[in-house]
Amino acid sequence: MARTEKVKYLIIGNSSGGIGAVEAIRGVDKAGMIAIIADEPYPVYSRPLISEYLAEGRPLERMLFRPAGFYENNNIQTHLGRKVKHLDIGEHVAELEDGERITWKKLLLATGGLPVIPEIKGTNLNGVFTFTTLDDAKAIDRFLSRLPERAVEAVVIGGGLIGVSVTEALVRRGARVRVVEMKERILNTILDEEASALEEETLRQAGVEVLTGRTVVEISGEHPVKGVLLDDGSRTPCNLVVIAIGVVPRTGLVSGTGIKVNRGIIVDRHMVTSSPDVYACGDVAEAYDFAYGENRLTPVWPNACIGGRTAGFNMAGIPTEYPGGTAMNSMRYFGLDAVSAGVVTPPDDSYEVLSRKYDYIYRKVVLKDGLVVGMVFVGDIEKSGIVFGLMKDKINADGFKQELVADDFGLASLPEEIWRPGLEIPPSGLASSVPLEQAEEMVMGE
Amino acid sequence: MNRVFVKEEACIGCHLCEVYCQVEHSQTKDLIKAFKRESPRPLPRLWVEGGKPVSFAVQCRHCAEPSCVFACLTGALQRDPESGIISVDEERCTGCWTCILACPFGAIKRDTEQRRIVKCDLCPGEDVPACVTACPNEALIYAEV
Ligand SMILES: Cc1cc2nc3c(=O)[nH]c(=O)nc-3n(C[C@H](O)[C@H](O)[C@H](O)COP(=O)(O)OP(=O)(O)OC[C@H]3O[C@@H](n4cnc5c(N)ncnc54)[C@H](O)[C@@H]3O)c2cc1C
Repeated sequence: MARTEKVKYLIIGNSSGGIGAVEAIRGVDKAGMIAIIADEPYPVYSRPLISEYLAEGRPLERMLFRPAGFYENNNIQTHLGRKVKHLDIGEHVAELEDGERITWKKLLLATGGLPVIPEIKGTNLNGVFTFTTLDDAKAIDRFLSRLPERAVEAVVIGGGLIGVSVTEALVRRGARVRVVEMKERILNTILDEEASALEEETLRQAGVEVLTGRTVVEISGEHPVKGVLLDDGSRTPCNLVVIAIGVVPRTGLVSGTGIKVNRGIIVDRHMVTSSPDVYACGDVAEAYDFAYGENRLTPVWPNACIGGRTAGFNMAGIPTEYPGGTAMNSMRYFGLDAVSAGVVTPPDDSYEVLSRKYDYIYRKVVLKDGLVVGMVFVGDIEKSGIVFGLMKDKINADGFKQELVADDFGLASLPEEIWRPGLEIPPSGLASSVPLEQAEEMVMGE
Repeated sequence: MNRVFVKEEACIGCHLCEVYCQVEHSQTKDLIKAFKRESPRPLPRLWVEGGKPVSFAVQCRHCAEPSCVFACLTGALQRDPESGIISVDEERCTGCWTCILACPFGAIKRDTEQRRIVKCDLCPGEDVPACVTACPNEALIYAEV
């Protein structure tokens, strides 16, 4: 009979979401047993930094998201390099691949996403990779080190965030890179047309060939890969292919359990799934998006962390509302700074767009009914957070919206009632006068 | 914990707080040397915003639920549970600027040369932060709430 472990909190996923949750739990429950499981063998590392690993061999110690000793100091049981095979939601049991069973009172699914593999010939060839884990980066690194220097011809399939990240890393390693993007422009889900064009120009200047409106229909070669066939019939020779056409929520564990899944696992504003003791957050979850006013996938690191933190408080019995998140990204490919959030390309003309552009400076704000619902800033990004804050707090910007894209925009451009409370001594006064009252229900971020 | 608060009515927009913040965060801690000789020149960690008639200094609010910390991709930004101070581990910051997008005060700046962020650290080791000491009109107050 296999071993059975009993814990109060079981966290599946040792990344942004899982760590956000355990830190929240330990903030309010010092003793309740927490176990964290991940099929990746490493202590929590910054996933976005895998491109730094590939580009310059950044050591794991400098990729760690939390200092050594984090798990011990927080009294967290770890099961790293182990995979959960099956969940019995009714019995509150997780079964690992090696047969061990863990029973839990509260479960968090922070299982992230899996890379999409297109259904074309040759994806299993030697020299074809995905790029979502440190092991992926290590595999590419090993492959590169066996090729003669300056002889790497890479094709990156997909011009999204991951595709462009791996492109930059490969260029820094001396590779010649072609990016093949099916849509008309790169970074098309997180940037608008103007900003995509700036990014594309920046990539070209760095020597990257960008093919848009094209897709790869076959990867050819024996072992290793020799080239790709494009949908226009042309062939491109290469000795390395990275597939980066997207990531899908890793929902496999809940299939057949009755837990509701749309594109991701659906959670309410407390990060609870349709099953009361089961929570979800991060890339696997479909949680409230404040820019769209509905549940959506928002697969970015900060949202996984805040979603996990919200889940953690709720799991530990402190009712806490998720403020919502939205797609938010900061990019600095080849030295070009760009940030974006929310609705970057309005779907219809019920939206208002304000923008300003010169050289490599670009600011754009998208409004609907007076509320900021989207933004893109390129070049000068330092005040972008103020606009993001207005969006998150749903502050009507009708009276000052033109200011948002002005060169000298800052807090002082906003009405007094917005900036004053944040900067001045609060009305409750200095310490020792009035004790702070305990809020009824905490809302994250306030 | 103590924090720096702003008295907008008293701010005369002189930017001395920025200057003394730079000096405090320089290697030499000497005004002339810091501005004339140090390379890279130290950056200020707060900024006077606005002009006439309204102006005030903006610096990290050291939020209790800090959006920047939750947004940090590398773990470089941390909130000290005891002091409440939000600090950045310069070794771990890679300058991805995600925290800049997350900060509703616009209180984080880029150090593009060293590829990392700079923000107010409340002048560790000093009883009162340099900006507060330098302000000629008591427009910055260091107090506990
Ligand atoms: C190259 C790259 C660059 C990126 N750049 C950015 C960026 O600049 N900004 C940004 O905001 N985001 C970026 N992202 C996205 C960001 O990394 C994700 O949004 C974030 O990692 C999501 O965190 P998560 O906790 O939801 O899941 P993940 O980080 O995906 O972690 C999932 C965890 O679940 C575990 N797991 C899953 N299933 C099982 C199972 N059955 N058994 C055991 N363990 C399991 C895995 O081992 C892993 O530990 C980037 C991603 C990549 C790949």
